[in-house]
Amino acid sequence: MEKPLNNRAWLLVAPVFLIVAFSAILPIMTVVNYSVQDTFGNNQFFWNGLGWFQELLDPSTELGGRFFDALWRNLLFSAIILAIEVPLGILVALSMPREGWKVAATLVIMALPLLIPWNVVGTIWQVFARADIGLVGWGLNALGIPYNYTGDPIAAWITIVVMDVWHWTSLVALLCYAGLKSIPDAYYQAARIDGASRWAIFTTIQLPKMKRVLLIAVLLRFMDSFMIYTEPFVLTGGGPGNATTFLSIDLVKLALGQFDLGKAAAMSLVYNLIVLALCWVFYTVMTNTGTERPDQGGAA
Amino acid sequence: MNPNTRGGAFIMALYLLFLIMPIYWLVNMSLKTNFEINSGVTLWPRDLTFEHYIKIFTDSSWYSGYINSLTYVVLNTIISIALALPAAYAFSRYRFVGEKHLFFWLLSNRMAPPAVFALPFFNLYSAIGLFDTPWAVALAHCLFNVPLAVWILEGFMSGVPREIDETAAIDGYSFPRFFVKIFMPLIASGIGVAAFFCFMFSWVELLLARTLTATNAKPIAVTMTRTVSAAGMDWGLLAAAGVLTIIPGALVIWFVRNYIAKGFALGRV
Repeated sequence: MEKPLNNRAWLLVAPVFLIVAFSAILPIMTVVNYSVQDTFGNNQFFWNGLGWFQELLDPSTELGGRFFDALWRNLLFSAIILAIEVPLGILVALSMPREGWKVAATLVIMALPLLIPWNVVGTIWQVFARADIGLVGWGLNALGIPYNYTGDPIAAWITIVVMDVWHWTSLVALLCYAGLKSIPDAYYQAARIDGASRWAIFTTIQLPKMKRVLLIAVLLRFMDSFMIYTEPFVLTGGGPGNATTFLSIDLVKLALGQFDLGKAAAMSLVYNLIVLALCWVFYTVMTNTGTERPDQGGAA
Repeated sequence: MNPNTRGGAFIMALYLLFLIMPIYWLVNMSLKTNFEINSGVTLWPRDLTFEHYIKIFTDSSWYSGYINSLTYVVLNTIISIALALPAAYAFSRYRFVGEKHLFFWLLSNRMAPPAVFALPFFNLYSAIGLFDTPWAVALAHCLFNVPLAVWILEGFMSGVPREIDETAAIDGYSFPRFFVKIFMPLIASGIGVAAFFCFMFSWVELLLARTLTATNAKPIAVTMTRTVSAAGMDWGLLAAAGVLTIIPGALVIWFVRNYIAKGFALGRV
């Protein structure tokens, strides 16, 4: 059934529009304002035109080099995260217990990492992975495997990736589980009568039903890993060297650490535009696969 | 439910162990003395102590952090849900000029990196005199929680047949009365789920909360980072404070455990 056209609906949307505009548009205007000016302190600003943007987008300059390094690092990180968390999340969702108290207990434990403040996640992995007081760091070294995430870039990367898998795989798994639960038993009975293999059941029944929620999972995981800040900041501080300096960490260093307002503002805008473009791609894909929405959505 | 896989229980057990181990280690550490922590790895506390917890509960610079955090989280959840309810209704029931663009714009704010907003928020909230109050953080978190709440509630509302609205109108219900008396009870689980998510994302966020507060409204997460850097490495105290930040989340999960799966699908299965 088609929704009726009614422009008075704007009255209902207005409060949300105003508060989000207050939190989004005003600050972005400040950023735009900074991005075209230079400052030497004392609140004196000078017009700099598009200078910062030219510098930022030219990898041969100091600013551009550091921006592109952080960008590639962040894209690589997001790719690794998705490649691990999506298949693992599906696997975990398929392994969920069927019924009884085990379901509730499993769900609670799975959701636990999602509700831990992000800096505490960093702290947890810090005390877990440190070579002197952490179980993993101490254990690995005792087994003769040299491991020190504060000194070795590879170890730092592995630690951050494992931390993120620990932190967020449950989100993917819970989404997939919700998708799986919506499959009627009749589908499985039909598959059994046809003698379908386990793999056939997965590809023809379960995967199509999970498509929508998987898209949400990929969207959320990609966007959140693309703006990851707190956990690596607490764990490694972006180090060793710049090995784990992702975009947000670099931006905060530039803005609040060095107070390079013009450069930071230009970087903010480009960063935000990348996110916006990617978000638009996901949104388009999502709304196109969701044409069957009206009779599917809701709490039922 | 899907047919059982033989290895399912085994995979699940491994995964849960992987989730539990780091948390166990934190709890373990919070119950040890700093001397024991620094003098080598022990799998459980040999010399059980509650000194770190006692310190946190008796020192106001520590426990006020928890109060500050909970204050802005609750404020934010109330504001987000109250504003998102009518908006989600509009999106689920009507077409209007700019509907699709507005929805995308809202969603895009959920995806905007908080790091981009840290500095301008600092300027904005200083300018209007809200800097270092719970209101600043509560309003700042609206940036991503309001769009999220609209998104979730819209999913749940679309599952309620439109005939109910029409029947209520014929029965002589005014719109506000219909909304509160009939419609809201129908989507109660959706409201619970949306509130859960607002609570969650406001509770776990640190970057904006840290930028917008100095002393009076300092959240617990920040108290943790600052005290550690100032007092050297007081691992036991740090671990105890960490354990205490896990508890509110665990309580909230326990209350919504039956809606978790549905909720994470944002009402869209």
